[in-house]
Amino acid sequence: MLEISNLACSRGDHRLFSGLSFTLDFGQILQVQGANGSGKTSLLRTLCGFITPDEGDIIWRGESIRKLDEEYYVEMMYLGHLNAIKDELSALENLRISAGLSGVELEEKEAMAALRRMGLRGRELLPTKVLSQGQRRRVALARLLVSDAKLWVLDEPLTALDVGAVALIQELIAEHLKQQGMVIFTTHQPLEVAGIEMRSLSLS
Amino acid sequence: MKKTSMLDLLVLVIRRDLVLAMRRRADVLTTLIFFVMVVSLFPLGVGPEMAMLRKMAAGVLWVAALLSSMLSLGRLFSADYLDGTLEQMMLAPQSLSMLVLGKIAAHWMVSGLPLVLMAPVLGLQFDMSVQSLGVLIIGLLLGTPILSMIGAIGAALTLGLRGGGVLLSLLVLPLCIPVLIFGTGAVEAVSSGLGIASHLSLLGALLVLALVFTPWVTAQALRISME
Amino acid sequence: MAINWFKYSAPTTFYGLAGKLIPWFAVSAAILFAVGLYIGFYVAPVDAQQGEFYRIIFIHVPASILSMFLYLVMAAYAALGLIFKTRLSSMMATAIAPTGALFAFISLWTGALWGKPMWGAWWMWDARLTSELILLFLYLGFIALHASIDDPRRADRAAALLAIVGSVNVPIIYFSVKWWNTLHQGSTIKFTGTSMHIAMQQAMFTMLAACWLYAIAVVLARVRSIILERERNTTWIAELPEVRS
Repeated sequence: MLEISNLACSRGDHRLFSGLSFTLDFGQILQVQGANGSGKTSLLRTLCGFITPDEGDIIWRGESIRKLDEEYYVEMMYLGHLNAIKDELSALENLRISAGLSGVELEEKEAMAALRRMGLRGRELLPTKVLSQGQRRRVALARLLVSDAKLWVLDEPLTALDVGAVALIQELIAEHLKQQGMVIFTTHQPLEVAGIEMRSLSLS
Repeated sequence: MKKTSMLDLLVLVIRRDLVLAMRRRADVLTTLIFFVMVVSLFPLGVGPEMAMLRKMAAGVLWVAALLSSMLSLGRLFSADYLDGTLEQMMLAPQSLSMLVLGKIAAHWMVSGLPLVLMAPVLGLQFDMSVQSLGVLIIGLLLGTPILSMIGAIGAALTLGLRGGGVLLSLLVLPLCIPVLIFGTGAVEAVSSGLGIASHLSLLGALLVLALVFTPWVTAQALRISME
Repeated sequence: MAINWFKYSAPTTFYGLAGKLIPWFAVSAAILFAVGLYIGFYVAPVDAQQGEFYRIIFIHVPASILSMFLYLVMAAYAALGLIFKTRLSSMMATAIAPTGALFAFISLWTGALWGKPMWGAWWMWDARLTSELILLFLYLGFIALHASIDDPRRADRAAALLAIVGSVNVPIIYFSVKWWNTLHQGSTIKFTGTSMHIAMQQAMFTMLAACWLYAIAVVLARVRSIILERERNTTWIAELPEVRS
């Protein structure tokens, strides 16, 4: 379980938020809301360990993530604004490499199956630079299918997706939560997960 | 799905970067062409007198190799930084130092090794003797990885900055001076009949030092730049 | 400054302390400069081999020593700032850099001024002068990197890492330059024959102390303005008399 206690963060000179505390248990989903520039992305990036908070601590399974390091990163997955895919590589290559980098060797069959479920049938072997924005986002999101991370940190996952893809992602999130996973996300589009109570955190 | 080991990870990163370099062949060739051009500028600048060129040869080739390396180092992390793959690497549960070492190794194979192979050809234009060429190659073989590694620190520190390649060079060139001195010193030594062992072993020592420390320092520099 | 060290490591208290100390350092530096220059340029005897021109070493040597010493101090403060995340340490490192660079530049310039009458050339590629030049590049690199990064936190930390890497490399660079110099049978600049006259020693030490005090005064003044700039959004700054007026 994830526990944030008394977190404070600044960007350059100015303080984004302070005194932030919440806990998230397995099977729960939390939406971070706030106006543009209120620090939503910074909060998510602090959860990833990119940003060191000014004050406070992030505790995973009872220990600070600073101390846990690898043990935390094995269990969490981040999807930010950038797709983290290489233009010159195909969707298949991208997926297998990103799995490899997180320590998992992904068989071609499994990777193809994941890409097909993401609606990329027939496009798995093309260099991703010829795909549309929405298709590239789908390639990035395919990682959700092959990762066994417990905590998903998603920064505006639905950007550039069409209605069908949005429904698919909502379905994936629901499945993940049922398997005792956790999700923290931000979004500018409505995201609903069937049957699960959505918690919300507002950064003013 | 099974877990990957440290060595598998290293191989994965090197293969990935080599595949990417292969699909963007222009980048590779421009470094090599720059090297050849810089070397060719010297005779044009100082005159074609062979005795003088022969004396300058080692220095010219090493300086050109240094400058070409600096030019190519900007590319080490920038593409990955811009498309988000770098931040994913930093979230990898494996050691970031290992990933960095893999990237530096691939970068050297693509940008450093061609210089080592090209240098003797250019050395012939400067009428260098066979022994001098041999020592030049060994020196560059030991030295260019060191340049890549020191440069990686600079590339990591200047990630995403406007100053770009020039700033990187300003930071890194002073640190590369020992490599330049020992590399050219070895060639001078062989042409005056003195021993090369001391120069080359110093280069070797620097290589070992660089291998031990630079991946970790570069990883720290990346964390600083990515905040 | 041994008592209650941590109290003074906060920019707020340090600002006041620095302000009080600067006049003392500045005045003592001025006095020692006057004394040192007097001894060096009037009292010390003419050198047997080098005539009057050698007197420039009373500026050249202290400047060289200080440029090297300041680099280490700068790297030390930078390391403290990086490891312990103390803002003031990073600000001190940033404040020291321009002064260190200035001393390196003065050392090179006075070295050239000395070289011209000695050997007829404005520059000699001897080991020390060449190392001094590389040191100047290291300073300039630090300043350039810091200036190129907008986010002050990233700027401090990146420059700190560079300073640490630089200071580890300084012995390697110095060694390699000496090596290079002996290989090519370069000249080594020697100041005097065997021993220095007592007045020369006095002048040297006085000038060294003067430069040291000057450096402290200037760095303190610079760090105060850095504090003002960095902390400009805090309330305690707004309440300072100099800001309110």
